[in-house]
Amino acid sequence: MSNQVKISISRETSTCYHCGEECKDDILHFGEKDFCCNGCKLVYEVLSENDLCNYYEIADKPGLSQKSVSGRDNRFDYLDDVDIIRKLVDFQNEEETHITFSVPLIHCASCIWLLENLHKLHSGIISGRVEFIKKKVQVKYLHDKISLKELVRLLSRIGYEPTINLADADKKTVEVTDKKLIYKLAVAGFCFGNMMLFSLPEYFAEAELLGEGFKKTFNYLNVMLSLPIFFYAATDYYRSAWLSIRNKAVNMDVPIAIGIVTLFTYSLFDIFILGNEGYMDTMGGLLFFLLIGKYYQQKTYDTLSFDRDYKSYFPVAVTKLVRDEEEVIPLIKLGVGDIIKVRNEELIPADSILLEGEAFIDYSFVTGEEVPVAKRKGELIYAGGRQKGKALTLTVQKSPSQGYLTDLWNNDSFEKEKVNSLESLANRISGKFTFTVLAIALGALLFWGFSGQLSMGILAFTSVLIITCPCALAMSTPFTLGNTLRVFGQGKFFLKNSHVIEKLSQVDTVVFDKTGTLTSTSEASVSYFGEPLSAESKSIIKSLVNQSTHALSNRVNTWLGGVKAIKLDEVEEISGKGLRTIYKSQEIRLGSADFVGAGTKGLPEGGNLVFFAVEGMMLGYFFIQSGLRKGIETVVSDIKEKFPVHFLSGDQDHERVNLVKVFGNRILMSFNQSPGDKLVYIKNLNQAGVHTLMIGDGLNDAGALRESQVGIALTDKITNFSPASDAIMDAGVIQKLPAFLDFAKTSRKIIKASFGLSFTYNIVGVYFAVQGLVSPVFCAILMPVSSISVVVFTTLTTNYLAYRKGIKDKIW
Amino acid sequence: MEVIFLLIAISLILAGSFLFLFFRAMKGGQFDDNHTPAIRILFENEPKTKEKKEPSPTTKSK
Repeated sequence: MSNQVKISISRETSTCYHCGEECKDDILHFGEKDFCCNGCKLVYEVLSENDLCNYYEIADKPGLSQKSVSGRDNRFDYLDDVDIIRKLVDFQNEEETHITFSVPLIHCASCIWLLENLHKLHSGIISGRVEFIKKKVQVKYLHDKISLKELVRLLSRIGYEPTINLADADKKTVEVTDKKLIYKLAVAGFCFGNMMLFSLPEYFAEAELLGEGFKKTFNYLNVMLSLPIFFYAATDYYRSAWLSIRNKAVNMDVPIAIGIVTLFTYSLFDIFILGNEGYMDTMGGLLFFLLIGKYYQQKTYDTLSFDRDYKSYFPVAVTKLVRDEEEVIPLIKLGVGDIIKVRNEELIPADSILLEGEAFIDYSFVTGEEVPVAKRKGELIYAGGRQKGKALTLTVQKSPSQGYLTDLWNNDSFEKEKVNSLESLANRISGKFTFTVLAIALGALLFWGFSGQLSMGILAFTSVLIITCPCALAMSTPFTLGNTLRVFGQGKFFLKNSHVIEKLSQVDTVVFDKTGTLTSTSEASVSYFGEPLSAESKSIIKSLVNQSTHALSNRVNTWLGGVKAIKLDEVEEISGKGLRTIYKSQEIRLGSADFVGAGTKGLPEGGNLVFFAVEGMMLGYFFIQSGLRKGIETVVSDIKEKFPVHFLSGDQDHERVNLVKVFGNRILMSFNQSPGDKLVYIKNLNQAGVHTLMIGDGLNDAGALRESQVGIALTDKITNFSPASDAIMDAGVIQKLPAFLDFAKTSRKIIKASFGLSFTYNIVGVYFAVQGLVSPVFCAILMPVSSISVVVFTTLTTNYLAYRKGIKDKIW
Repeated sequence: MEVIFLLIAISLILAGSFLFLFFRAMKGGQFDDNHTPAIRILFENEPKTKEKKEPSPTTKSK
């Protein structure tokens, strides 16, 4: 019943049955349901024919509007190419093919249901399986019955068009590395748990009643259980310690490895030669806690990708013109001199010269500037822009990977892994720590040796090494960083890994990109000059801009606010030029200077102009400047107090005056920076010995983000495309940037404090160890107590301080 | 008390087989995605039932 009520309500307000959007223009009826556009109706038709209408019952209005979907038939033709198919599929045999698509539109339970019932739509499809968080669907199909092209077309027909970009066709990356840690953790946990049970006789005196035979068996069982720990779970520590020693350094894993080896060998000696109980349970616990720490530190964000380059943005295929015949070819086969066609909303795949058509290129992904740039015939158009308007014919000047923008990725900086020039806090301490411990141990050995008790000396020596095994010390860093990572994540500041925190705490120079980072398209400032607008003119302008999706129209629309629109008979939008209508038999134009026939002499620069003209008479114009992001002034002035701040901009320097007015003159500004210039700028800063933080948003900042010590990509919507970086920040929390920087330093202090805590334990332990008073039970208690108290301390302080500093709203 | 030897053997085998099962589940990808299955379990097996039942709820009663 409730279902029917819902439908009748939706009929009154007339929202689309498929996507739930209001049906504005004309309502399409089909089977008693209303649809906002043909696309939505088609999806419904396909689904109802195949008895899949349950789709509409799982979630309310599950579809997404199909209005803007391109209906061009041959756009998937490149999927016939054997090379491309081979690169895209996961698996293929004589009958079956498995392929994983990335479908960004997946957003609700209905999506999952429909995509997992694909086999009802076509007999060639075996199954579909959705990974909701990653927004992926794996489809298994019989390639004799349905081709890849038909499959993709089918998906797009039901409203779930997969995004297939150059990165998909480039290589398949398989992640297996982080699973190993979980296996090791499981083994260590299993062995440790059982070892504790078998160590009961040593923990409780009452267990002596069991008799000697049991004790021996238990000890041997412990040895057996320690083997997987020693030879499997601990292998990472040996490797890392060995690498570090070979590089003539001592990292945290060196004392750990020494501790593990001593624990193991001495326990073997203790059990088999001396017939005692050994320290195997301590070793098990040590590894188990260490691996938990390691695992905790590895917080990953599945929905985010930190290493996207231009390839995840560029299309796989382009339309090439061969003797006026259109042919869709893979982008990798595109060569210099080819003639290509680029349609509305398509990307310019390579630096090319415009041969035909009117180009209005939207470079928002590249520079952050949303207003399209007009280009004339014969002008060079850089790759990466999106055409807004009619189809273009271009001739390719450079191969896609060698362009003005894409050449950035051929720079050395992208070749090498980002090296961590800084030694982490833990590693710096561990060097001194290891030598001190070894000195104390040797001292104890020599002391007892000279007083004639060599066996006591050996016992003291090993006890020192065992008791100081830096479990608590090694836990401090991963748990503090792991907690900080989570705190930042809750604050919508997502870090690639925990090393970024330590790098962030060292930052002493901050570089901002201007367009899209300091400025925001949604914060545009609009001012009107000319003859005052009457209420009627305002209404006309309002109804004009209502009809257009152009960035400037939207800004004028926001400026007008709640002005009531009046009904206009016909509004014509001339793409890239402006809007035109007839009102009370007068021609009204709103748009660019040549469109209304106005001169631009003496008019303000540094922004966009939109002219308003009636019957060819220019009455006034809107001056639209991209406004500064909310709160950015305080962010910059906060940071300016502590570090030098630089601005980089790809634009002309006519906005310098404005920027100086807002941010003061202590900021170093550079204009006219190409993507490569930005990279070099950061490189020079690095060579001058400063630690740079780069904040950018577009593909043109990718080089600078890569080269800087820490690169933060700012994005308005977290799931949107963002260039490769160390961290992704939601643009809404940019005000908190100084707090985040500050907190990175705080987390360093927390690590230091917890080091102090674990040193206290070590001193107590060493005091007993040098006297040879350490027993296995003592070890088995001290080790977990110290580790757990360190974990509790770091977790509590991190969360509490984050709350105090306003990064978190609640303590928990 | 000798029964303890037997119990130890059983407990180790039991715990070991759990470890093995965990490994197998891990390898099989059961932990790769822990969000979608939570939604998937809520779907009806037969999507047609809902509409057909409503007009005549009394026809079939087992």
